Order: sequence, then structure tokens, then C-alpha cells
Amino acid sequence: MSLAVVEGLTRRFDVSKPWLERVIGRQPKRSLTAVSDVSMTIEAGRTYALVGESGSGKSTIGRMVAGLLRPSEGEVRIDGEAVRAPRADVQMIFQDPYASLNPRWRVGDIVAEPARARGMEVEPGALLERVGLRAIDAQRYPHEFSGGQRQRIGVARALSSRPRLIVADEPTSALDVSVQAQVLNLMKDLQEETGIAFLLISHDLTVIRHMADVIGVLYLGRLVEEAAPATLFERPAHPYTAMLIDAAPKLDGFGREVPPPVGEIPDPIAPPPGCAYNPRCPLAIDLCRRERPALEPVGPGRAACHRAGEVRLEGVA
Amino acid sequence: MTPTLSIRDLTVDIPTRRGTLRVVDGVSWDIAAGEILGVVGESGAGKSMTGAAVMGLLDRPAHVSGGTVALKGEALDPNDEDAMRGVRGRGIGMVFQDPLTSLDPLMTIGDQLTETIRRHLPVGQGEARERAVRALEEVGIPAAADRLDAWPHEFSGGMRQRVVIALALCAEPDLVIADEPTTALDVSVQAQITALLKRLCRERGTAVMLITHDMGVIAETADRVAVLYAGRLAEIGPVRDVLTDPKHPYTQGLMGATPAASAGKGRLWQIPGAMPRAGSLPDGCAFHPRCGKAQDVCRRDPRPEVGRAHPRAACWFPVGEGAEATA
Repeated sequence: MSLAVVEGLTRRFDVSKPWLERVIGRQPKRSLTAVSDVSMTIEAGRTYALVGESGSGKSTIGRMVAGLLRPSEGEVRIDGEAVRAPRADVQMIFQDPYASLNPRWRVGDIVAEPARARGMEVEPGALLERVGLRAIDAQRYPHEFSGGQRQRIGVARALSSRPRLIVADEPTSALDVSVQAQVLNLMKDLQEETGIAFLLISHDLTVIRHMADVIGVLYLGRLVEEAAPATLFERPAHPYTAMLIDAAPKLDGFGREVPPPVGEIPDPIAPPPGCAYNPRCPLAIDLCRRERPALEPVGPGRAACHRAGEVRLEGVA
Repeated sequence: MTPTLSIRDLTVDIPTRRGTLRVVDGVSWDIAAGEILGVVGESGAGKSMTGAAVMGLLDRPAHVSGGTVALKGEALDPNDEDAMRGVRGRGIGMVFQDPLTSLDPLMTIGDQLTETIRRHLPVGQGEARERAVRALEEVGIPAAADRLDAWPHEFSGGMRQRVVIALALCAEPDLVIADEPTTALDVSVQAQITALLKRLCRERGTAVMLITHDMGVIAETADRVAVLYAGRLAEIGPVRDVLTDPKHPYTQGLMGATPAASAGKGRLWQIPGAMPRAGSLPDGCAFHPRCGKAQDVCRRDPRPEVGRAHPRAACWFPVGEGAEATA
């Protein structure tokens, strides 16, 4: 059952110089399209993972789904209703457990806040116990906890207004690997117990593969491929996905020598014409430089590539 | 052959009002010419402190309080700031995590390179400039001659890290210490930078101490790996042996906690508890409160050390060695 439907989502940011400087320098207004025409569906009780490099627009999508940012075009619908403001049933977990908890508040008040702000009854002690902390921790302050415990507090806060969807924006990238394991296991347990859905945003392919039911790959604000993990990691249809998988260091890649990827993400203010990936793509043809490919069904998933399915992974014969 | 870097029983202390914190505690290893030693551990394990100690870049009041450091057989005194200034650059090159803070924002790329080259090598301005262009070409910066007059802010993160590597290598050091050199970079750029570091060091026979928290980077880049826990060496050995057949329960736990790109959907291994802070280490093995196999001997001093306890691991009951007593 689809819980959240994202349709034609676009977000532009004004990145012009300050007004006076612009007028004196006779410079035009400039805008950066962070997210461009993204459509996807988050199923109830499942984990949809967005992966991409910096500047791919993954956090911007997350903030629009959570109602923290208004789209320039398109919309996010939950139960057929457009999201225009933060909602009780969509909550967020942030990357930095040091910056996302108010140091002057007691932990009990922090975790109860999303519910209390909406006049809902809530038992902070019970929330803390659900994430593996103790009920008496409600009396303490954030600085008394380690990074992993703080992230549990962040999870408890997200749970307090009984959400159906949690947007987790890089929830473990500030954590050590053993602590990351604790938080990822906790997220899986909560999903099994309560049927909560996650929109998981991460740059880490191993985390994505471990957690996701569906993966969306973003490049320069556009969804370039979407598929289930097994399909995506075995037979990626888009050359960018294949490059990401090949470039990610492998735990069993002893002495692996793969030709490193070429180029870097282009300037998002002036993206290349046609397919934005064409300057770095080994398969690019004239058509790719002229015409932007649409996201279309390819095998069991979707891909936006004129040569979808032709790419091969390095390590795979 | 004399190893390029040899450290023995290296100890770093930070005196505080509440007593002395021992943040690096008796760490020993060698790195041969052309060899890449990966140093892994979680935050607070002492990896960066060990690197800073070898470079003589510890922030006061932290200081080396014991042990020896030798570069190509010659003893260094990491606490002697003047002497270490002479060693850095020519003897030891450095690459840090954040390429923007490693570069001077008020100097062009070319000036930073020529200054470094002229400081360490007996060459004139013209020759230094030529060498600077060559250094930039070697790290894969296109149109290197034209980029000499560019400023650091005009470069992308990946290009900046290439410049930092060019800076670290331009005086042809014997040892490079790279502290999380790719952590701030995207996956595709990370792959470019690790490939570059690997190639340059192989070609020149530079020894590398690669500090990172990323097991995947270690697997693909390092020849040997050292695992640090609470300031102590938990395990050291050839990278394939340590990662596929860990002997220390902590290494085993770390590997189990890492979501593998090829693994299934099961639960990740959770190491119970958290790493103890410096200054409040338990007696005996620092890992025993979190270890499922801990026996009485683990809770008592003397603590297990690499070599004495097991050739590779600081553990009385190494994983899969049959010595596991029934509790």
C-alpha cells in the first residue's frame, strides 16, 4: 500500500549575489535546481532509500517529504493529501546527534516535544525504553550521553507522535561502525514491531543495501534509477549506478585495482545539456548530449538512460 | 633492511587537572619502504594521536611520554619542535582529512608548492615552478601550468585533496602519514584519491601510514593493518588475514558490525557497551568488559600484548585458536 506519493517534485534555490551587488555588477538572477521532477512512491512499512553524492538533492527531497521545505513544483501526497507543513505522522531523524538535541532541555522533554506540540499524550520513559535506554534517563541532559545513545534519543523523539513515516537523513554517518550497527538494528526492529516506513537518505552503499526495500539513485537532482537492492547491485541499468557500485570500497576487495571513475559532479547551476551524466559516462553517444532521457521501466526497475542496461560492472564477468 | 618507520612502545600522555590521560599506550610497529600500513579504530582509539605523535604535531599539553620513533633507522624526538620541523616535508609528508584547512586560502596553489619545494630542496625559483607543475600533473590536475596561479577556493574538494597530496609528496618524503584522507570526499572522488595515493607511493617506494575508520578502504589499499582499541594495539597483520580471519574478538566484532556490500539482510553484530575513555581503562585487557569470552586472566594485569599473547593479536584467547576455555 502506498503511503507517500511524490510527484514531479522540483525545488529551486535562489543563489544570486546580494541585490545591490547584482545591480551594480549587472548580473542576472541565478537559481540552482536542487531537485528536478522527482516522482516516487514510498510503501507503508517499507524502507525507501535515496543514495547519491553530495549535491544530488537527497536531503532536499527528505526535507520536502517531512514538510520542512515547500516544493517549487510538484507535491508530496500522504493519503491523497498534499504535504504543506510538518505533520505528526511524518517525523525526522537527523545526521548529527550532537547538533539536533537542545542541550538545555531534559531528554524527557526532548522526546515528548513532537507529541506535546500537537496536544498528544505521551510517556517519555516508555519511549526511551523502546529505543534501549532507561526510563530514568528522561531526567538527564543530552551531554550525559554518548553519540550512539544520543542518536537513540533522536529516534525516540521521532517515534513520540506515532509517525507512519520517518525520514532518516544520514542517521549513522556521524557514528562509529559498532554504534552504527546498534542504530541500524534498532531501526529494523522498530519497523518489524510497528510497521513504520523509512525514507532513508545515505551516501553509504553498504548501509543502503543492508536496509532498503527499494533504492532510488539520484544524480544532480534527478532520479536516474530505481530498483530493489538485489537488482540494483547485481544488474544496475544506469552507468552512474554502476560507477557508484564499482567505486565503493569492498570489504573483500584486497588489492583490488579498478580504473577510478572519471570527472566530478558538474556545477548544478549550469548542468550539462542532455543527460547530466554524459560528460563522465563511458557509454555516452550524441543522443545523450542532446536529449535528456526520461525515467522509464527497465527490467524490474526504472532507469533514465538512453543506453539503459548496457553497462557492466567491473568485477562481474 | 631497515624499515622506513619503526615505532616501539610509543606512549602519549595528556596531563590534566584530574590526572594524566594515556591516549596512546605502548604501540609498536614497522612500515617498510613502499608499504601501506592501514591504521583502523573507532573514535577515541588513538589513531590520529599516534599519527600526530610520529609527525611531532601533538597539541600541548599532549606529549610523547615513552617509547621510540625512528625514521630510516635514525631516532626522532617527537617532542623537539625545531628538530621535527626539519623532518616534516622532507622526511615525513602529511595529508589530512579536510583539504580546505590544509591549504592556505591567501596563497595561490603555485606559491604554496614552490615554497614547500624550495624549503626542502636546493633548487631555484624557476626549477621549483617546473617541479610544481610536474607535481600537479602527477596527481592528475588538468592544465597544471595554468592552474598554478589559482586559489584554493577555486578548486573542488577532490581537486584540493590532489593539491594536498602534491604538497605532501613534492619534497619526496620517505614516509607519508595520511589521516582520513578521503573521509570528506564523495565515493567516486574517494576512489580516485586512494588509487592516486597507492600509485604514487608504489612508484616512489614511499612508506604510508593510512589512518581511517573505513574497513573497505583498508581492504583495498593497505598491505598490512593495525587495529587500535583504547589507545592500544589490538591486532596487527597482513590485511587479508586480519579481515578474513580476525584473531582479536574486537576485530571480529568490528567486521561483524560492518554492513558488507555483499551480505544479506540479517542483523548486524552488536558489540555490547562502548569503548572506555582514556583515564578509566579497566585492569588487564581493555576490551574485557565487552568481550563474551573474557576469563579471570583477562581482568588481571599484565594485559595481553601482541607477540606475547599471540603473534598477531593482543588476546589470551584468540578467535578460533582452540584455547577457548569453557567458562
